[in-house]
Amino acid sequence: MGKENQMINIDNITYEYKSEEENLIAIKDLSLDVEQGEFIVIIGHNGSGKSTLAKHMNALLLPTEGVVEVKGMDTKDEDHTWDIRQIAGMVLQNPDNQIVGTIVEEDVAFGPENLGVKREEIIERVENSLSLVGMDAYRLKAPHLLSGGQKQRIAIAGIIAMKPDCIILDEPTAMLDPEGRREVMKTIKKLNKEEKITIIHITHFMEEAVDADRVIVMEDSKIVLQGRPREVFKQVEKLKKLGLDVPQVTELAYILAREGINIPADVLTVDEMVMKICQLQ
Amino acid sequence: MLKDITIGQHYPTGSVVHKLDPRTKIIAVFVFIITLFLVDNFMAYGFVAVFVLLCIMISKIPMKYIIKGLKPLTFIILFTLMINSFMIAGEIIISIGPLSITKEGLYQGSFMAVRLIMLVIGTSLLTLTTSPITLTDGIESLLNPLKKIGVPAHELAMMMTIALRFIPTLLEETDKIMKAQMARGADFESGSLIKRSKSLVPLLVPLFTSAFRRADDLAMAMEARCYRGGEGRTRMKQLKYYKRDFVAIVIVVSMFAILYFS
Repeated sequence: MGKENQMINIDNITYEYKSEEENLIAIKDLSLDVEQGEFIVIIGHNGSGKSTLAKHMNALLLPTEGVVEVKGMDTKDEDHTWDIRQIAGMVLQNPDNQIVGTIVEEDVAFGPENLGVKREEIIERVENSLSLVGMDAYRLKAPHLLSGGQKQRIAIAGIIAMKPDCIILDEPTAMLDPEGRREVMKTIKKLNKEEKITIIHITHFMEEAVDADRVIVMEDSKIVLQGRPREVFKQVEKLKKLGLDVPQVTELAYILAREGINIPADVLTVDEMVMKICQLQ
Repeated sequence: MLKDITIGQHYPTGSVVHKLDPRTKIIAVFVFIITLFLVDNFMAYGFVAVFVLLCIMISKIPMKYIIKGLKPLTFIILFTLMINSFMIAGEIIISIGPLSITKEGLYQGSFMAVRLIMLVIGTSLLTLTTSPITLTDGIESLLNPLKKIGVPAHELAMMMTIALRFIPTLLEETDKIMKAQMARGADFESGSLIKRSKSLVPLLVPLFTSAFRRADDLAMAMEARCYRGGEGRTRMKQLKYYKRDFVAIVIVVSMFAILYFS
């Protein structure tokens, strides 16, 4: 792959939280390259360094050692901070805490307003972003009256309005009900497939990792496992040892295989499972 | 209970009052407040009341909603009325023990009460008909000339926007914490004043903690969305005066003039 296909290059970074009582290493010697258009899911425990890593990708945090480059721009270079944040948008966990506007459209306009985009274009961008996340009907509503999933989609629209190449989502589904989670996941997948936006999605829910291009497992400030979802989730025992789950269907396949039933270990979806079971003698 | 507070809440109906430029409305409210404090007879208050009623009708905001907003202030209004009735010397109407209600007091008291009610209705009409962001846009734009003497117009406006944005969120949170503490046996509603204010501690501590956490998150989200102060920022909504704004200002100012000079 040439350098022009690279979205984010993380080269051997270490990050230390410094406080008076103790220094805590959140990331240790970590390297990662993200290609344009990739859909990456990062899983791992609380405190494994996932969120810290995410904040490095748009210059909210700067590495203590090592280099992070977003489209070839060093995040330490202050001249590029705002370019980087425009390219790599970020959605946080709590939908209530990231909405600035008191009306949906005003919130979506907040990003482009900060970028100094012309008025006519802001209006156009707001319209497009809201229709992309399927929230055009809520344009003039107050955000606090919406459901969690809807709020999170507004937050995503607010990022899309900045025309980013990449969106980093830091556990956007953690505070949502199953319905909200489905809505948000559908939106994220659509952005990746149709708009070719690079997605880096951090989550606790293994089911959300199934459709990713690459799954990255973090543990103790490091990447311990990465690869296609099939390859990663196949390693049920290793994941269990790390205290992580695998998608329910994969676990079922694993248990069935252990009982001597001829089911491959890398089944990821219910449909696949049904197919495999039907093929059994 | 907390949901009853309507101050600072926007009630969109799309009426003419809603469409007025926020600067017009802010100036109008200022003129209105000045009028309230300068006017000193019931006759004039009658006029003001009719004017306010007309405004409410034009704005299409249900009367019930506005009255609901007055409810939390019942105590203050009654208190004003009583203090005035008892404290001002004059012709005694009724005496209860050492206290006596005077005619002048009653007059002055009800006068104050009416003034308070008008004041609250007038100002809440401003926030009810104007979305907070438009309102702060208006304030920012009105303060802009003062930037030269060091008034941080944009920062003030941004602070207000955020405060207004988080009012419903924090109210909801207060409700939740209250219920959680009540479920554990906390009692917010009985006991002496001291006991009751003490019982607020387990409500306020978690509320503050969470407000700070929210502030931290919001600051990060704003930075991630390239917020870097007012410099170089464009606005989706640009303020523009229309004919209706001039008409509104003329009406309000002439009302003030008539009441004051007649």
